[in-house]
Amino acid sequence: MKTKSLIIVTLCAGIFALCAQAADKPTVGQIVEKANFTAYYQGANGRARVKMNIVDSQGRTRQREMTILRWDAPKPKQDENIPKNKEYFAGEQKFYVFFHKPADVDKMAFLVWKHLDKDDDRWLYLPNLDLVKRIAGSEKRTSFVGSDFFYEDISGRNIAYDKHELAETTKNYYILKSTPKEPKSVNFNYYKTWIHRKTFLVIKTEYYDQAGRAYRKYEAKAVKQIQGYWTVTKSRMTNLRTNRYTDVIYSTVKYDTGIPESVFSERYLRRPPTKYLEN
Amino acid sequence: MRTITTIFMAVLTLIVVPGFTQTLHASEEPALPAGLGESQTTPPLPAGLEIGEPELPPGLETEPAESQPQKTAEKKTFQEQVKDAGISGFLETRGGVRTQNDPHEKQASIGEARLQLEWQKDIDWLRIKFTGDFLYDQVDNHLSDIDLRRGRGWFDFREAWVGFSPLKWVDVKMGRQILTWGTGDLLFVNDQFPKDWQAFFTGRDLEYLKAPADAVKISAFSKLVDVDLVFSPLMNPGRFVSGRRLSYFNRNLGRLAGRDAITQDDLPSEWFSDAEYAARLSRKFGSYELAAYGFWGFYKNPEGFDMAKNKAFYPRLNTYGGSIRGPFWRGIANFEGAYYDSQQDRSGKDPLIPNSQVRLLWGYEMDLPQVARELTVGVQYYVEIMMNHEEYIRTLPPGAAAGDEARHVITLRVTKQLLNQNLAVGFFAYYSPTDNDAYIRPNIKYKIDDHWTVEVGGNVFIGQQPSTFFGQFRRNSNVYASLRYAF
Repeated sequence: MKTKSLIIVTLCAGIFALCAQAADKPTVGQIVEKANFTAYYQGANGRARVKMNIVDSQGRTRQREMTILRWDAPKPKQDENIPKNKEYFAGEQKFYVFFHKPADVDKMAFLVWKHLDKDDDRWLYLPNLDLVKRIAGSEKRTSFVGSDFFYEDISGRNIAYDKHELAETTKNYYILKSTPKEPKSVNFNYYKTWIHRKTFLVIKTEYYDQAGRAYRKYEAKAVKQIQGYWTVTKSRMTNLRTNRYTDVIYSTVKYDTGIPESVFSERYLRRPPTKYLEN
Repeated sequence: MRTITTIFMAVLTLIVVPGFTQTLHASEEPALPAGLGESQTTPPLPAGLEIGEPELPPGLETEPAESQPQKTAEKKTFQEQVKDAGISGFLETRGGVRTQNDPHEKQASIGEARLQLEWQKDIDWLRIKFTGDFLYDQVDNHLSDIDLRRGRGWFDFREAWVGFSPLKWVDVKMGRQILTWGTGDLLFVNDQFPKDWQAFFTGRDLEYLKAPADAVKISAFSKLVDVDLVFSPLMNPGRFVSGRRLSYFNRNLGRLAGRDAITQDDLPSEWFSDAEYAARLSRKFGSYELAAYGFWGFYKNPEGFDMAKNKAFYPRLNTYGGSIRGPFWRGIANFEGAYYDSQQDRSGKDPLIPNSQVRLLWGYEMDLPQVARELTVGVQYYVEIMMNHEEYIRTLPPGAAAGDEARHVITLRVTKQLLNQNLAVGFFAYYSPTDNDAYIRPNIKYKIDDHWTVEVGGNVFIGQQPSTFFGQFRRNSNVYASLRYAF
């Protein structure tokens, strides 16, 4: 009896040691999922006041200022499509962007319903015309409000669009190399991502062209823990070909604001949800 | 039992302890390379960049997280103080000339200086907004007498409303407001809210295509359907082409006319009996937006003629329609249709009042990244079908130009964004194969910086017949330029 239990204990110990080791070295899929989750899905919803400084190669600056609201579709209770071990559920999201600056876009509102399996739905509200304009959502890799960030950088690129491999693990980072599954749909050959091992924040991304040269670079410039969530509070996207860059500063970030899904609708395009936009 | 507990404890230790030591270890990780915190202030971006490892950004190190110099309390500029008070607006000058002579109009098509002031504030549960335009106008010098209903004079109220939500699911907006619904692109089928075609044709900013309405809008929202009701106690006229600024085809004279024959119109003026009602039911099905519309009021332009008074008037009009809009292939497709029930000429026998019509519109818009970046193309096909065309022809005064049973219009929009979206080059064209006329709107807009915008554009009217919709404006073709400072 005693030997038997000893064997069991030893066996279990072996298994769990293995498991512990596995947890220490997450798979590429786990890293990507967790980094994606950390970047775009923390909290059930959120709000941020966002300042953008777009600086051209001659140092001339244009500013944008907006409030971004986010709502995440809750994890479905019983969905066979989602494996049970999928800890970081990244589902559909809704974004509401209310512009403050510059003056020509003041009080405009932009609504995005982000889908995973089809084009996003996008609406733009022009208050001077009381016009709710529908915008085609197929182009995700075009400039967001004239900045160096793409729509996809703001709302997240679907992780299933690329093949990810772990190129290197350093003391601080997992360094990933991601290659697009449909190379024709994008203008990069591949990109490298430096993911902070402890927080899973993306600290740097570099996009490489066909010649293997980095031509576009994302950097997290400041991070902070807000309501327990690690958050990038300042980031920069640089176009290495033109030396133009855009700094994004998240001045007030709040998670779990209790914003209801109903805010992400035509009603609140026409009537800004002041309560959720302020403070 | 004991064995199980032992196993359990062993397992627990194995799980917890390594994890625990690991977190401990991680948090004790030595600080990052020296000099990291300080060097963070302004590292000049090396072109070409090293392939090396990025430094950790501030906030990820244990110690120097707060070493970043915090911004000292910013002193607000005058502009920021103005914005904080809820005030915004712009100052603009805009000038334009006809590209040909018009015997009935001035050579200048537009010449104005405009100051728009907007004040918006939420006070507790009440939302308030005022938008007023102060105007100096060289072309139609009617500056001294202000007519807010027709939008004449040195001041125009574009918005003056209060909004509130008496119930959680109800929004109310009362007062002077801009109202728009429907799916067309510079074509309106179910939107019977007032428009200012004169502003549109002379090259004012697009926002002036919409004229304000004095109304109460009540919107109720539910899972089943959203309902919008708009009540205007007194009919809201559009700002039509009367001859003051633009020459037009005068049906009585049977020729083009302008300042020599300014349209005299009889505005409905009885409060409540000359009221207007508009309604919309809308709902989303997935990505598709469906809507049904109804309108009970008047034609927005004085399309009827009263022989006895020798004045144009606004015949009564009801419209009923629907629309659908949603993604299709790589773009957005829409369809909208409406029946125009001309209340005062339902038989179609009165030649001085428009016949009832069916209006249909198909549209499609998409980006063309294959051709160029940030290039958008939109096409629309629009048709107006006259009911009782036989009656119309039979009762038409002898010698009058007869309209076709159906007027077909095709529109094309091409917009290209350049220079990081600071330069927009585009055109919008209407072409009617049945009227054999066209209207083309080229436009270039450049944002000099965050405040200044310069714009040049044109309004080109082409037509064989002076009686067709766009053909009648052929002497009004113009080019314009503007400079705006927005704050």
